[in-house]
Amino acid sequence: MFVESFLTTEIALAALPILWMGLVQTILLALLCVPLGIGAGLAAALLSGRPERAIRWPLIGLIDIFRAVPPLVLLIFLYAGLPFAGLDLGAWGAVALAFLLNTGAYYAEIFRAGIESVGRGQAEAARALGLRRWQVSLFVVLPQAVRNVLPDLVSNTLEVVKLTSLASVVALPELLFQARQAQSITFNATPILVAALFYFILLWPCVRLLSRLENRQIAGRR
Amino acid sequence: MSGLDAFLFSFLNARVAAEYWPKIVDGLGVTIVLALLVILAGLALGLGLAVLRALGIRPLNWAIIFLVDVFRALPPLVLIVLIYFGLPAAGLSFSGFGATWLALTLVLMAFAEEIFWAGICAVPKGQWEAGRALGLRFLPTLGRIVLPQAIRIAVPPLTNRTIAITKGTALGSVVAVAEILGAAQSGMAFSGNPTPLTLGAIAYILLFLPVVVAGRWVETRFRWKR
Repeated sequence: MFVESFLTTEIALAALPILWMGLVQTILLALLCVPLGIGAGLAAALLSGRPERAIRWPLIGLIDIFRAVPPLVLLIFLYAGLPFAGLDLGAWGAVALAFLLNTGAYYAEIFRAGIESVGRGQAEAARALGLRRWQVSLFVVLPQAVRNVLPDLVSNTLEVVKLTSLASVVALPELLFQARQAQSITFNATPILVAALFYFILLWPCVRLLSRLENRQIAGRR
Repeated sequence: MSGLDAFLFSFLNARVAAEYWPKIVDGLGVTIVLALLVILAGLALGLGLAVLRALGIRPLNWAIIFLVDVFRALPPLVLIVLIYFGLPAAGLSFSGFGATWLALTLVLMAFAEEIFWAGICAVPKGQWEAGRALGLRFLPTLGRIVLPQAIRIAVPPLTNRTIAITKGTALGSVVAVAEILGAAQSGMAFSGNPTPLTLGAIAYILLFLPVVVAGRWVETRFRWKR
Protein backbone atom coordinates (compact mmCIF):
# COMPACT_ATOMS: atom_id res chain seq x y z
CA MET A 1 0.00 0.00 0.00
CA PHE A 2 2.70 2.45 1.06
CA VAL A 3 4.98 1.54 -1.81
CA GLU A 4 2.08 1.54 -4.24
CA SER A 5 0.93 5.08 -3.61
CA PHE A 6 4.10 6.72 -2.45
CA LEU A 7 6.94 5.18 -4.39
CA THR A 8 5.55 4.17 -7.73
CA THR A 9 8.41 3.93 -10.19
CA GLU A 10 6.26 4.41 -13.30
CA ILE A 11 4.68 7.56 -11.91
CA ALA A 12 8.04 8.88 -10.78
CA LEU A 13 9.45 8.32 -14.28
CA ALA A 14 6.40 9.82 -15.97
CA ALA A 15 6.55 12.92 -13.76
CA LEU A 16 10.28 13.39 -14.24
CA PRO A 17 10.12 15.72 -17.30
CA ILE A 18 7.55 17.99 -15.60
CA LEU A 19 9.58 18.06 -12.41
CA TRP A 20 12.73 18.78 -14.38
CA MET A 21 11.08 21.87 -15.90
CA GLY A 22 10.14 22.91 -12.39
CA LEU A 23 13.68 22.45 -11.14
CA VAL A 24 14.98 24.71 -13.92
CA GLN A 25 12.45 27.40 -12.91
CA THR A 26 13.46 27.03 -9.26
CA ILE A 27 17.11 27.56 -10.15
CA LEU A 28 16.24 30.59 -12.32
CA LEU A 29 14.16 32.00 -9.45
CA ALA A 30 17.05 31.53 -7.04
CA LEU A 31 19.43 33.22 -9.51
CA LEU A 32 17.01 36.16 -9.67
CA CYS A 33 16.11 36.41 -5.96
CA VAL A 34 19.49 35.98 -4.31
CA PRO A 35 21.18 38.91 -6.14
CA LEU A 36 18.06 41.06 -5.64
CA GLY A 37 18.07 40.38 -1.91
CA ILE A 38 21.83 40.87 -1.53
CA GLY A 39 21.73 44.11 -3.54
CA ALA A 40 18.81 45.55 -1.55
CA GLY A 41 20.29 44.38 1.75
CA LEU A 42 23.72 45.82 1.02
CA ALA A 43 22.24 49.17 -0.03
CA ALA A 44 20.03 49.28 3.08
CA ALA A 45 22.92 48.32 5.36
CA LEU A 46 25.24 50.98 3.92
CA LEU A 47 22.49 53.62 4.14
CA SER A 48 21.48 52.66 7.69
CA GLY A 49 25.11 53.12 8.73
CA ARG A 50 25.01 56.80 7.76
CA PRO A 51 25.07 59.32 10.59
CA GLU A 52 21.87 61.17 9.59
CA ARG A 53 19.02 60.07 11.87
CA ALA A 54 16.41 61.01 9.25
CA ILE A 55 17.78 58.23 7.05
CA ARG A 56 18.75 55.71 9.70
CA TRP A 57 15.65 55.39 11.88
CA PRO A 58 13.00 55.03 9.12
CA LEU A 59 15.23 52.49 7.41
CA ILE A 60 15.67 50.38 10.55
CA GLY A 61 11.90 50.59 11.09
CA LEU A 62 11.26 49.34 7.56
CA ILE A 63 13.76 46.52 7.98
CA ASP A 64 12.04 45.40 11.18
CA ILE A 65 8.58 45.54 9.60
CA PHE A 66 9.63 43.42 6.64
CA ARG A 67 11.27 40.96 9.02
CA ALA A 68 8.03 40.78 11.02
CA VAL A 69 5.68 40.03 8.10
CA PRO A 70 5.83 36.39 6.96
CA PRO A 71 7.09 36.27 3.35
CA LEU A 72 3.98 34.39 2.20
CA VAL A 73 1.74 37.18 3.54
CA LEU A 74 3.81 39.76 1.68
CA LEU A 75 3.69 37.69 -1.50
CA ILE A 76 -0.11 37.21 -1.36
CA PHE A 77 -0.56 40.91 -0.65
CA LEU A 78 1.51 41.89 -3.67
CA TYR A 79 0.00 39.24 -5.94
CA ALA A 80 -3.68 39.26 -4.93
CA GLY A 81 -4.04 42.61 -3.15
CA LEU A 82 -2.24 45.11 -5.38
CA PRO A 83 -4.37 44.40 -8.49
CA PHE A 84 -7.22 46.10 -6.56
CA ALA A 85 -5.11 49.26 -6.72
CA GLY A 86 -4.75 48.78 -10.45
CA LEU A 87 -1.23 47.41 -10.17
CA ASP A 88 -0.90 43.88 -11.55
CA LEU A 89 2.66 42.67 -11.12
CA GLY A 90 2.09 39.12 -12.36
CA ALA A 91 3.56 36.07 -10.61
CA TRP A 92 7.21 36.80 -11.43
CA GLY A 93 6.91 40.49 -10.53
CA ALA A 94 5.17 39.78 -7.22
CA VAL A 95 7.72 37.10 -6.28
CA ALA A 96 10.65 39.34 -7.23
CA LEU A 97 9.32 42.31 -5.23
CA ALA A 98 8.40 40.16 -2.21
CA PHE A 99 11.91 38.68 -2.15
CA LEU A 100 13.51 42.08 -2.65
CA LEU A 101 11.68 43.40 0.44
CA ASN A 102 11.73 40.33 2.68
CA THR A 103 15.12 38.79 2.04
CA GLY A 104 16.57 42.25 1.49
CA ALA A 105 15.63 43.06 5.10
CA TYR A 106 17.32 39.89 6.36
CA TYR A 107 20.48 40.49 4.31
CA ALA A 108 20.50 44.11 5.55
CA GLU A 109 20.55 42.93 9.18
CA ILE A 110 23.43 40.57 8.44
CA PHE A 111 25.50 43.15 6.56
CA ARG A 112 24.79 45.69 9.32
CA ALA A 113 26.09 43.29 11.98
CA GLY A 114 29.14 42.64 9.80
CA ILE A 115 29.90 46.31 9.27
CA GLU A 116 29.50 47.00 13.00
CA SER A 117 31.93 44.17 13.77
CA VAL A 118 34.75 45.96 11.90
CA GLY A 119 36.67 48.23 14.24
CA ARG A 120 36.30 51.99 13.74
CA GLY A 121 40.07 52.28 13.53
CA GLN A 122 40.00 50.49 10.18
CA ALA A 123 37.85 53.17 8.56
CA GLU A 124 39.75 55.97 10.26
CA ALA A 125 43.10 54.60 9.17
CA ALA A 126 41.87 54.25 5.59
CA ARG A 127 40.55 57.84 5.63
CA ALA A 128 43.88 59.02 7.03
CA LEU A 129 45.64 57.31 4.15
CA GLY A 130 43.60 59.47 1.78
CA LEU A 131 40.96 57.00 0.55
CA ARG A 132 37.57 58.45 -0.30
CA ARG A 133 34.46 57.43 1.66
CA TRP A 134 33.19 55.00 -0.97
CA GLN A 135 36.65 53.51 -1.29
CA VAL A 136 36.81 53.01 2.48
CA SER A 137 33.46 51.19 2.43
CA LEU A 138 34.19 49.12 -0.63
CA PHE A 139 37.85 48.16 -0.16
CA VAL A 140 38.41 48.27 3.61
CA VAL A 141 35.23 47.80 5.63
CA LEU A 142 33.08 45.53 3.43
CA PRO A 143 35.62 42.76 2.77
CA GLN A 144 36.23 42.35 6.50
CA ALA A 145 32.51 42.64 7.25
CA VAL A 146 31.65 39.91 4.75
CA ARG A 147 34.35 37.65 6.15
CA ASN A 148 33.00 38.10 9.69
CA VAL A 149 29.42 37.19 8.81
CA LEU A 150 30.07 34.66 6.04
CA PRO A 151 28.23 31.77 7.77
CA ASP A 152 25.16 33.96 8.26
CA LEU A 153 25.28 35.04 4.61
CA VAL A 154 25.47 31.45 3.39
CA SER A 155 22.72 30.42 5.80
CA ASN A 156 20.41 33.20 4.61
CA THR A 157 21.12 32.36 0.98
CA LEU A 158 20.11 28.76 1.69
CA GLU A 159 16.89 30.05 3.25
CA VAL A 160 16.20 32.20 0.18
CA VAL A 161 16.56 29.22 -2.16
CA LYS A 162 14.21 27.21 0.07
CA LEU A 163 11.80 30.13 0.13
CA THR A 164 11.42 30.08 -3.66
CA SER A 165 8.99 27.19 -3.03
CA LEU A 166 6.48 29.86 -1.90
CA ALA A 167 6.19 30.91 -5.54
CA SER A 168 4.10 27.75 -6.07
CA VAL A 169 1.28 29.50 -4.19
CA VAL A 170 1.01 32.17 -6.91
CA ALA A 171 1.09 29.54 -9.68
CA LEU A 172 4.64 30.17 -10.80
CA PRO A 173 5.64 26.81 -12.30
CA GLU A 174 8.63 26.05 -10.09
CA LEU A 175 9.51 22.65 -8.61
CA LEU A 176 6.85 22.41 -5.89
CA PHE A 177 4.11 23.75 -8.17
CA GLN A 178 4.98 21.22 -10.88
CA ALA A 179 5.02 18.43 -8.31
CA ARG A 180 1.54 19.36 -7.09
CA GLN A 181 0.29 19.51 -10.68
CA ALA A 182 1.68 16.05 -11.32
CA GLN A 183 0.16 14.84 -8.04
CA SER A 184 -3.30 16.14 -8.90
CA ILE A 185 -3.15 14.51 -12.35
CA THR A 186 -1.97 11.13 -11.07
CA PHE A 187 -3.79 11.12 -7.68
CA ASN A 188 -0.50 9.94 -6.26
CA ALA A 189 1.96 11.62 -3.91
CA THR A 190 5.07 10.17 -5.55
CA PRO A 191 5.87 13.37 -7.54
CA ILE A 192 6.01 15.41 -4.30
CA LEU A 193 8.41 12.90 -2.80
CA VAL A 194 10.59 13.09 -5.93
CA ALA A 195 10.49 16.90 -5.76
CA ALA A 196 11.61 16.75 -2.12
CA LEU A 197 14.45 14.53 -3.25
CA PHE A 198 15.44 17.13 -5.89
CA TYR A 199 15.48 19.85 -3.24
CA PHE A 200 17.60 17.67 -0.99
CA ILE A 201 20.13 16.85 -3.72
CA LEU A 202 20.31 20.52 -4.70
CA LEU A 203 20.71 21.89 -1.17
CA TRP A 204 22.51 19.20 0.81
CA PRO A 205 26.01 20.32 -0.26
CA CYS A 206 25.07 23.82 0.88
CA VAL A 207 23.94 22.51 4.28
CA ARG A 208 27.18 20.55 4.72
CA LEU A 209 29.30 23.58 3.77
CA LEU A 210 27.33 25.68 6.23
CA SER A 211 27.84 23.17 9.03
CA ARG A 212 31.59 23.32 8.49
CA LEU A 213 31.65 27.12 8.34
CA GLU A 214 29.62 27.37 11.57
CA ASN A 215 31.84 24.88 13.37
CA ARG A 216 34.93 26.77 12.28
CA GLN A 217 33.42 30.03 13.53
CA ILE A 218 32.73 28.50 16.94
CA ALA A 219 36.20 26.97 17.10
CA GLY A 220 37.69 30.38 16.27
CA ARG A 221 35.80 32.01 19.11
CA ARG A 222 37.00 29.60 21.73
CA MET B 1 -13.72 59.16 -6.02
CA SER B 2 -10.28 60.63 -5.63
CA GLY B 3 -7.23 58.39 -5.78
CA LEU B 4 -6.82 58.21 -2.03
CA ASP B 5 -10.51 57.46 -1.47
CA ALA B 6 -10.35 54.65 -4.00
CA PHE B 7 -7.26 53.29 -2.31
CA LEU B 8 -8.87 53.37 1.14
CA PHE B 9 -12.07 51.85 -0.26
CA SER B 10 -10.01 48.90 -1.45
CA PHE B 11 -7.45 48.41 1.29
CA LEU B 12 -9.02 49.83 4.46
CA ASN B 13 -12.73 49.57 3.86
CA ALA B 14 -14.52 50.20 7.16
CA ARG B 15 -17.57 48.11 6.27
CA VAL B 16 -15.51 45.08 5.19
CA ALA B 17 -13.17 45.51 8.15
CA ALA B 18 -16.08 45.57 10.60
CA GLU B 19 -17.42 42.38 9.09
CA TYR B 20 -14.20 40.40 8.97
CA TRP B 21 -12.06 41.49 11.88
CA PRO B 22 -13.54 38.85 14.25
CA LYS B 23 -12.39 36.17 11.77
CA ILE B 24 -8.90 37.65 11.73
CA VAL B 25 -8.85 37.66 15.55
CA ASP B 26 -9.85 33.96 15.52
CA GLY B 27 -7.01 33.40 13.05
CA LEU B 28 -4.65 35.23 15.38
CA GLY B 29 -5.60 32.77 18.13
CA VAL B 30 -4.90 29.79 15.85
CA THR B 31 -1.54 31.30 14.82
CA ILE B 32 -0.50 31.84 18.45
CA VAL B 33 -1.52 28.31 19.56
CA LEU B 34 0.21 26.73 16.55
CA ALA B 35 3.34 28.82 17.10
CA LEU B 36 3.57 27.93 20.81
CA LEU B 37 3.10 24.21 20.09
CA VAL B 38 5.83 24.34 17.43
CA ILE B 39 8.25 26.21 19.71
CA LEU B 40 7.67 23.82 22.65
CA ALA B 41 8.02 20.59 20.68
CA GLY B 42 10.76 21.83 18.35
CA LEU B 43 13.06 23.17 21.07
CA ALA B 44 12.51 20.12 23.30
CA LEU B 45 13.28 17.68 20.47
CA GLY B 46 16.29 19.74 19.37
CA LEU B 47 17.72 19.78 22.88
CA GLY B 48 17.04 16.05 23.21
CA LEU B 49 18.92 15.28 19.99
CA ALA B 50 21.85 17.49 21.03
CA VAL B 51 22.09 15.63 24.35
CA LEU B 52 21.96 12.28 22.52
CA ARG B 53 24.74 13.52 20.24
CA ALA B 54 26.83 14.45 23.29
CA LEU B 55 26.85 10.75 24.29
CA GLY B 56 29.30 10.28 21.43
CA ILE B 57 27.94 7.07 19.91
CA ARG B 58 29.25 7.15 16.34
CA PRO B 59 26.46 5.48 14.30
CA LEU B 60 23.86 7.37 16.33
CA ASN B 61 25.63 10.66 15.65
CA TRP B 62 25.70 10.00 11.91
CA ALA B 63 21.98 9.29 12.00
CA ILE B 64 21.33 12.53 13.92
CA ILE B 65 23.50 14.57 11.54
CA PHE B 66 21.71 13.12 8.53
CA LEU B 67 18.28 13.74 10.06
CA VAL B 68 19.21 17.34 10.84
CA ASP B 69 20.63 17.84 7.33
CA VAL B 70 17.41 16.57 5.75
CA PHE B 71 15.21 19.01 7.65
CA ARG B 72 17.60 21.88 7.06
CA ALA B 73 17.69 21.23 3.32
CA LEU B 74 13.97 20.79 2.64
CA PRO B 75 11.77 23.89 2.33
CA PRO B 76 9.10 23.92 5.08
CA LEU B 77 6.32 24.32 2.51
CA VAL B 78 7.49 21.16 0.70
CA LEU B 79 7.42 19.29 4.03
CA ILE B 80 3.92 20.52 4.83
CA VAL B 81 2.61 19.48 1.41
CA LEU B 82 4.41 16.13 1.66
CA ILE B 83 2.94 15.37 5.11
CA TYR B 84 -0.54 16.60 4.21
CA PHE B 85 -0.93 14.99 0.78
CA GLY B 86 1.64 12.22 0.97
CA LEU B 87 1.36 10.57 4.36
CA PRO B 88 -2.34 9.64 4.06
CA ALA B 89 -1.12 7.21 1.38
CA ALA B 90 0.94 5.56 4.11
CA GLY B 91 -2.13 5.31 6.33
CA LEU B 92 -1.20 8.38 8.40
CA SER B 93 -3.73 11.16 8.02
CA PHE B 94 -3.02 14.63 9.32
CA SER B 95 -5.28 17.63 9.52
CA GLY B 96 -3.89 20.82 8.00
CA PHE B 97 -3.11 22.03 11.52
CA GLY B 98 -1.38 18.75 12.39
CA ALA B 99 0.64 18.69 9.17
CA THR B 100 1.80 22.29 9.62
CA TRP B 101 2.67 21.65 13.26
CA LEU B 102 4.64 18.49 12.45
CA ALA B 103 6.56 20.05 9.54
CA LEU B 104 7.55 23.20 11.43
CA THR B 105 8.40 21.20 14.56
CA LEU B 106 10.78 18.98 12.56
CA VAL B 107 12.41 22.03 10.96
CA LEU B 108 12.83 23.82 14.29
CA MET B 109 14.12 20.57 15.83
CA ALA B 110 16.86 20.38 13.19
CA PHE B 111 17.98 23.99 13.59
CA ALA B 112 17.74 23.86 17.39
CA GLU B 113 19.85 20.68 17.50
CA GLU B 114 22.59 22.36 15.47
CA ILE B 115 22.57 25.45 17.67
CA PHE B 116 22.46 23.54 21.00
CA TRP B 117 25.22 21.25 19.75
CA ALA B 118 27.33 24.26 18.75
CA GLY B 119 26.74 25.63 22.25
CA ILE B 120 27.81 22.38 23.88
CA CYS B 121 30.97 22.31 21.75
CA ALA B 122 31.74 25.91 22.68
CA VAL B 123 31.91 25.13 26.41
CA PRO B 124 35.62 24.69 27.22
CA LYS B 125 36.80 21.11 27.78
CA GLY B 126 38.09 22.06 31.22
CA GLN B 127 34.49 22.40 32.42
CA TRP B 128 33.82 18.76 31.56
CA GLU B 129 37.06 17.63 33.16
CA ALA B 130 36.44 19.63 36.32
CA GLY B 131 32.96 18.16 36.66
CA ARG B 132 34.26 14.62 36.24
CA ALA B 133 37.15 15.30 38.64
CA LEU B 134 34.62 16.36 41.29
CA GLY B 135 33.08 12.90 41.00
CA LEU B 136 30.01 13.80 38.94
CA ARG B 137 28.91 11.20 36.43
CA PHE B 138 28.54 11.98 32.74
CA LEU B 139 24.89 13.02 32.80
CA PRO B 140 25.07 15.29 35.87
CA THR B 141 28.16 16.95 34.37
CA LEU B 142 26.25 17.54 31.15
CA GLY B 143 23.03 18.64 32.82
CA ARG B 144 24.35 20.80 35.63
CA ILE B 145 27.62 22.20 34.30
CA VAL B 146 27.80 22.11 30.51
CA LEU B 147 24.19 22.61 29.40
CA PRO B 148 23.49 25.75 31.46
CA GLN B 149 26.50 27.40 29.79
CA ALA B 150 25.70 25.94 26.37
CA ILE B 151 22.12 27.19 26.46
CA ARG B 152 23.28 30.69 27.32
CA ILE B 153 25.53 30.63 24.27
CA ALA B 154 22.68 29.27 22.15
CA VAL B 155 20.11 31.90 23.13
CA PRO B 156 20.83 34.66 20.56
CA PRO B 157 21.02 32.52 17.40
CA LEU B 158 18.16 30.38 18.64
CA THR B 159 15.88 33.37 19.22
CA ASN B 160 16.20 34.59 15.66
CA ARG B 161 15.81 31.13 14.16
CA THR B 162 12.77 30.42 16.29
CA ILE B 163 11.12 33.69 15.20
CA ALA B 164 11.81 32.91 11.53
CA ILE B 165 10.37 29.40 11.76
CA THR B 166 7.37 30.57 13.79
CA LYS B 167 6.47 32.94 10.96
CA GLY B 168 6.15 29.77 8.86
CA THR B 169 2.76 29.22 10.51
CA ALA B 170 1.46 31.38 7.62
CA LEU B 171 2.30 28.44 5.34
CA GLY B 172 -0.57 26.57 7.02
CA SER B 173 -2.95 28.60 4.83
CA VAL B 174 -1.84 26.43 1.90
CA VAL B 175 -3.34 23.33 3.58
CA ALA B 176 -6.50 25.11 4.75
CA VAL B 177 -5.54 26.03 8.30
CA ALA B 178 -7.68 29.01 9.37
CA GLU B 179 -4.75 30.95 10.84
CA ILE B 180 -4.37 34.68 10.16
CA LEU B 181 -3.46 34.42 6.48
CA GLY B 182 -6.02 31.68 5.81
CA ALA B 183 -8.77 33.72 7.48
CA ALA B 184 -7.67 36.85 5.59
CA GLN B 185 -7.65 35.08 2.23
CA SER B 186 -11.10 33.58 2.66
CA GLY B 187 -12.33 36.99 3.84
CA MET B 188 -10.88 38.54 0.70
CA ALA B 189 -12.53 35.90 -1.48
CA PHE B 190 -15.96 36.39 0.13
CA SER B 191 -15.95 40.18 0.17
CA GLY B 192 -14.13 40.75 -3.14
CA ASN B 193 -12.06 43.34 -1.31
CA PRO B 194 -8.47 43.10 -0.05
CA THR B 195 -9.20 44.81 3.29
CA PRO B 196 -9.10 41.49 5.23
CA LEU B 197 -5.59 40.99 3.84
CA THR B 198 -4.56 44.41 5.12
CA LEU B 199 -6.00 43.49 8.53
CA GLY B 200 -4.08 40.21 8.41
CA ALA B 201 -0.82 41.99 7.61
CA ILE B 202 -1.48 44.40 10.50
CA ALA B 203 -2.18 41.44 12.82
CA TYR B 204 1.16 39.86 11.84
CA ILE B 205 2.99 43.13 12.41
CA LEU B 206 1.35 43.56 15.84
CA LEU B 207 2.26 39.98 16.73
CA PHE B 208 5.81 39.77 15.38
CA LEU B 209 7.22 43.31 15.44
CA PRO B 210 7.66 43.26 19.25
CA VAL B 211 9.22 39.81 18.93
CA VAL B 212 11.64 40.96 16.21
CA VAL B 213 12.66 44.02 18.23
CA ALA B 214 13.04 41.87 21.37
CA GLY B 215 15.12 39.39 19.35
CA ARG B 216 17.45 42.20 18.30
CA TRP B 217 17.79 43.18 21.98
CA VAL B 218 18.48 39.59 23.07
CA GLU B 219 21.10 39.28 20.37
CA THR B 220 23.10 42.29 21.58
CA ARG B 221 22.48 41.51 25.26
CA PHE B 222 23.79 37.92 25.12
CA ARG B 223 26.37 38.43 22.40
CA TRP B 224 29.68 36.63 22.71
CA LYS B 225 32.29 38.84 24.26
CA ARG B 226 35.36 38.76 22.08
